[in-house]
Amino acid sequence: MPTSDRSNSCGNPVSLEVLQTNAPRVALAALDTLWFQVGGTICNLRCHHCFISCSPENDKFRFLSLDTCVGYLEESRALGVKEYYFTGGEPFANPEMCDILERTLEFGPATVLTNATLFRDAILDRLQFIDNASIYSLELRVSLDGYSAEMNDPIRGEGTFDRAMDGVRKLAARGFLPILTIARTWDGPDDDVLAAFVKLLRENGYQRPRLKILPLLKLGAEVNRSGGYGAGDFVTHTMMREYDQSRLVCSAARLVTDQGVWVCPILLDSPDAKMGDSLADALRAYPLRHAACYTCWQYGAICSNVASAATASTDA
Amino acid sequence: MSDALQFKTTESPSATRAAPSHRRVAVLGGVYSNYLALEEAIKDARRRNVEAIYCLGDLGAFGPHPDRVFPILIDNDVQVVRGNYDDSIGRGLPDCQCGYTDPRDNHFAAVSYRYTYQQTNERWRPWLAGLPTELRMKIGESRVLLCHGSPRKTNEFLWESTTSTQFLERLCRDHDADVILATHTGIKWRRDLDDDRLFVNVGVLGRPENDGRTNVWYAILEAPSHRTTNEYKHLATESAKRQSATSFANNANDVPQPTERGSHEVLKHGTDKYAVSQPAKGIHVEFVPVSYDHERLAAEMRSEGLPSEFADTILSGHWTTCLEILPGKERRRGRF
Repeated sequence: MPTSDRSNSCGNPVSLEVLQTNAPRVALAALDTLWFQVGGTICNLRCHHCFISCSPENDKFRFLSLDTCVGYLEESRALGVKEYYFTGGEPFANPEMCDILERTLEFGPATVLTNATLFRDAILDRLQFIDNASIYSLELRVSLDGYSAEMNDPIRGEGTFDRAMDGVRKLAARGFLPILTIARTWDGPDDDVLAAFVKLLRENGYQRPRLKILPLLKLGAEVNRSGGYGAGDFVTHTMMREYDQSRLVCSAARLVTDQGVWVCPILLDSPDAKMGDSLADALRAYPLRHAACYTCWQYGAICSNVASAATASTDA
Repeated sequence: MSDALQFKTTESPSATRAAPSHRRVAVLGGVYSNYLALEEAIKDARRRNVEAIYCLGDLGAFGPHPDRVFPILIDNDVQVVRGNYDDSIGRGLPDCQCGYTDPRDNHFAAVSYRYTYQQTNERWRPWLAGLPTELRMKIGESRVLLCHGSPRKTNEFLWESTTSTQFLERLCRDHDADVILATHTGIKWRRDLDDDRLFVNVGVLGRPENDGRTNVWYAILEAPSHRTTNEYKHLATESAKRQSATSFANNANDVPQPTERGSHEVLKHGTDKYAVSQPAKGIHVEFVPVSYDHERLAAEMRSEGLPSEFADTILSGHWTTCLEILPGKERRRGRF
């Protein structure tokens, strides 16, 4: 993990105001990944660490319609987009979600970030059909923040552990290999936590678990849970020297919402992160002026599918 | 992650040289020190009257005795692209630049890299570091770009299930190519693109492709000819017979099938539908299975102290390591 250095080239401290107005800009090298805020900020859960405070009542951003998604999919084709991601809110709260996925898989691979608590058999049947019919992958990323109800439910809500595990069991039974994403809410090393997750998942019929640990973003509801960013948590020009910008989501991705195109999924609550109404409007560089950019700079690739931790079944 | 990952293939001096022109070539993917499969593939390609043989890099890794690969390539005039492994060994970098993030993958990658680095004679390092990161040639009228991972990044994984068609078309546009040939993932595939352009991942010689068979693969590309559809159907049938003759079990249902693109592909166990195919127009691609003395390779891996997991992959045809980089669709085809 890189370390920060909030000083100018002469080694003198730099004020916060200067940092924000003169933030390093990241060019969009290519639009490889297109995100859809398909569930808006509407979610059947109200997790205490949600960085955009999603809940059943939060309709600041609403569901994306199939027509809207298809419009952006069409525009994305000429830009050579490589893959598509869907988030929310809870994507499967959107009644058009399966139709949207079916159309998307005509354009490229799709990944859905879900809490796995809304998987009725009819939805799972449809997902299986859609996945089998496409040359492209349909990846499902399931959020679970503990290997027991005691660890998970205080963060994600009463009863959510059992409901999510039910969803995971159903996915595994149908041959899906969901990626379990785990927000890092514990202190200390990861090994014991990961081992407990692997044991839990195998006991529940998922023999080849894929796990990804996510850093916490100190935004939204998480601010009330553990505190927000410090006053100095910003990315400076010094920190960007010899830094591989391709690690940053904003170097290769944009986010479609019901209100236009945003720079990335993390800055949804930041009005200045809106870049325009079309993808063509959103191709310019963006300054790393938000505190959350600091987390992205630290960890890199936090939004992509690449698993950050897992144990394969061969060592069982 | 090292900055070396960012080296651009367009900086290669080879891009400025006049591109050779061929009618029929063999293209080999990652060798991973599997010198036994490399020898068999070259012999097979010669029998098939190719004009030239190319290799897309990652000469070392995984297998035993890395130094045995280099003389075979040089003696057979194989033109080689630099892979991420070759770049690391050649320049003495601390890791293979495969970009794994999973601890288990990284453990085995480190074991493999340490062994390969120690067993590669110093005299080969400048040769590895000097390999071009991109080669160009022409097959018929088509401009062909040969790279390791992708034309823009040597260690970029281009899997069939996670790479959109429009993305490949963008790569062709951005890099002035009609055909892009790559390897790096370990599993072969091809995609016909707009304007008769084409992407081919030629597979690898280093290890089997996670389907329970012990053979490995390479590709032969041929300029358009006046072959009729029936001739292609015959080719497909012959290819199916050749595959049946290799070590894996034959399936009585394996027959050439017409496809929507007007080509004929060999459908085998519902997975390898690529053995022979012809786009509506353009270059003819054949994926060729290679059988070799895999039991000898596994024995040598063990005697060299390489992890038993590596030898298990050679003997079983199923990947036991580097699993977390696999997309869900590709991983489901394997056992682990």
